[in-house]
Parts: sequence; C-alpha cells; structure tokens
Amino acid sequence: MIPGAFEYVRAQSVEEAIEALVEHGDDAKLLAGGHSLLPLMKLRLAMPGVLVDISRIPELSYVRVDGDGDAAEVVIGAGTRHFELEKDEIARAEVPILPYVAGQVGDRQVRHRGTLGGTVAHSDPASDLPTALLALGGSVVVQGPGGRRSIPMTEFWLGFYETALAEDEVIVEVRVPRTGSAGWGYEKFTRRANDWPIVAAAAVEGRVAVANMAGAVVRATATEEALARGASLEEAAALADEGTSPSSDMHADPEYRRHLARLLTRRALEGASRVGAAAG
Amino acid sequence: MKISMTVNGQQHTDEVEPRLLLVHYLREVLGLKATNIGCDTTSCGACTVIVDGLSVKSCTVLAAQAEGATVTTLEGLAGPDGELHPMQKAFREEHGLQCGFCTPGMVMAAIGVLADNPDPTDREVREGLEGNLCRCTGYHNIVRAVRAAAQAGPAAGQVPQSQETAR
Repeated sequence: MIPGAFEYVRAQSVEEAIEALVEHGDDAKLLAGGHSLLPLMKLRLAMPGVLVDISRIPELSYVRVDGDGDAAEVVIGAGTRHFELEKDEIARAEVPILPYVAGQVGDRQVRHRGTLGGTVAHSDPASDLPTALLALGGSVVVQGPGGRRSIPMTEFWLGFYETALAEDEVIVEVRVPRTGSAGWGYEKFTRRANDWPIVAAAAVEGRVAVANMAGAVVRATATEEALARGASLEEAAALADEGTSPSSDMHADPEYRRHLARLLTRRALEGASRVGAAAG
Repeated sequence: MKISMTVNGQQHTDEVEPRLLLVHYLREVLGLKATNIGCDTTSCGACTVIVDGLSVKSCTVLAAQAEGATVTTLEGLAGPDGELHPMQKAFREEHGLQCGFCTPGMVMAAIGVLADNPDPTDREVREGLEGNLCRCTGYHNIVRAVRAAAQAGPAAGQVPQSQETAR
C-alpha cells in the first residue's frame, strides 16, 4: 500500500511548522514518527495534501523537572520518542508510570519511531500513553500563530481522533505533576503481544483513567469519588465503567469491556497501593 | 524531491516522490530485495531495517524521513569477504528459520535486541522480538539462535557500517 500523493515540507523549528500549517490550512498534517498517520494514509483514511515533518526539530525532545516541591512538574517535549521516555532517568525517578507505559506501546520498532506528541494528538481511545497522562493530570502545551496556551489534560481529548488542538497549532510539550515514589498502576488487556489494548486502566494518587471505554480516553470519575470518600479499592473499582459508552467490535462486546474496566481498574489500584507501600 | 542517505556503507542520492516508502526505496530503487514486505501494516516486522542505530519497520517510514540517515539492511551485514555476521551465523547454525520470509526482519530486529541487552533470557528475547511474526511459528529456534549469537560476543549486537551500536 502506498499513501496518496502529497507535498513534503521539513520544518526546522516550531515557528516554521506553524507557518506551514497557517499557509495550507486543513490540507496540512504534522508528521513526526508517522506510526499513526502513515497507516491511515496508506488506507486512504487520511489524504492530506501537505505533510509538515516536525521530527527533525531538536528543541522538541527533552525531559526535565520544572519547579520545586509539591508544585514541581515533569515536562516532556512532544518530539520525545517512546523508547527515549522508556529509558529516561529523570522520568523514571519523577513520574515512573510514564516510562513504564511508554514501554508498553506497540513493539520495539514502533517505540523507536512513535512520539509522545504524536500519540497525544492522534486521540485514539485505545492509546496507552494518553490513558496514563489523563490519570496523572497536568496539561498539554500547544503553540499557534498567537503564541502558546496550556490545555488541561482533562479537556484535551474530545472524542475519536478529536482533540482541543486547533488546525494551526503544534503540541510543544506535556506537563504532568511529579509523583516521585507515590504508587501507580497500569493494566492493559490485549489478545496478542503487540496489540492495542481492548481495555486498559491507569491509576495514580487516587486518579483513574480507562482506555477504549468511550470515544476518547476518559477518567473513571465514579471510582475516583468512591476512593475520595474512603471506599475500599474493590468497591471503588466496581464503579469504573460508570458513565462510559464502550463500543462493540470483533474483540469484545460492551458488557465484556465493562467487566474488563472494573477488573483492570481493581488491579491497577492494587498495583498502585503495592508500589506506594513499597516506596513508603 | 531529492533524498540522500547511506545504505550499507554506500552513499545514495535519488529523486523520489515524497510518498515513497523506505521499504520501496530499498527494494525498488536500490534493488536491495532482502528486506521483505509482509503485512504492510507495521505489524509483522518482515521489513525491519536499522536506521541510525535503531530497528524500524520500513513499511511505515517515508524514504524522505531517512534523509541523511545511515541505513543497514540484511545485505549490509556480511563482511566484504562474505563472512556472515554473528547473528546470521547463529540463525544458520541453530536453524532459526523455516520458510525464511520473516528471517531478514528477524535478524535485523534481533541485532537490536542484543544491542540493548547483550545476554537476554529466553523471555527477554521473545519480548524483544514481539514486533516480528513468523507464520511458520518457528519461534523456538529463533530464540535459540539469538541466545547463541549473544554468546558469540558484542559484535552480534552491532551493525558493521555504523559505529553506533544498534538498538
């Protein structure tokens, strides 16, 4: 399979990428690792007239800590590839759920190409990293012709392949709270080794997000509220599918997905309490 | 558009369409047909090559994205005298193949696995090769071959043209 024809533009900076987006409007798409976009283009599910390659912009690839104490955030450049995040020493120490989940994406070859910004922008409801990011909270920093703005994680993913990112904006970085030694858990259920999750659940510091239970990744708010009022992990996890709208496909019907959401949430919460206890 | 890259130690410059995939560039423009096209959907790993020290599935990379890169395919592994790369030797000695279709991708991906982890367990080899499918289901001997290659020393995790270690 060969993608439809397009014009290729290599951006040397975020500003250049934004200029190209402004010039070409909705005919342009950003290309980073290309592991979501190129498969869509090969199937003609996406046919952009212009691809703006942002994978050579060096200032988009970094992991650092910003601020001190409780206000400290871990800041990750959008161009950071999954294998870089997986091995990053700062991320491992400051927000360990992210390198772990980065290592759960696809397979080695996929992790060598895919970027954090790419998976965030793609908004597939079954994505691993957005599920973990949503459980962490924090924000997505985007840049457009008018400068930068920060979008809360809870407002970024709007639906299937739909986000709060405007057509002329580029994701620059992701900012998440530093969790340090606090407990976390991530559980995904797949049929084959390198598959997308049929359902996944992420838990960190009383916040829970689930994958593939709606048009986009969503927080399990009923579970979070139950935890906040002191319910047991088991009671709280039993509410993980509340308010979700799981779909039906060849892998699972909605009822089975609801079962998986409850089960995986319980395991993620148990994992979080074990990691937390071990560290504490 | 014009692209340049180093493939198996040789510099190439060609005029290509932006939509040309790296695997098609290697096979059809350069005539390097060891790299197979299997699923064409980033699943099977038959098209795995090493780009700047990293194993990638070349059916999901544009040739344009490899501009300036150092690429190694299976053809680039053996020495100038035809001496096989330690990973190739191990696949032959341990019979790490049946029909052979997945083999070029398996060998390239396996070199990457050893670059990261020079002495992996069976399980680590299997996890490291999760992106490569063998339709003959000949995985046992593939795992055996990778572990045998590991015993041959660090060269099993390196590609000859690149001074960088593969991953």
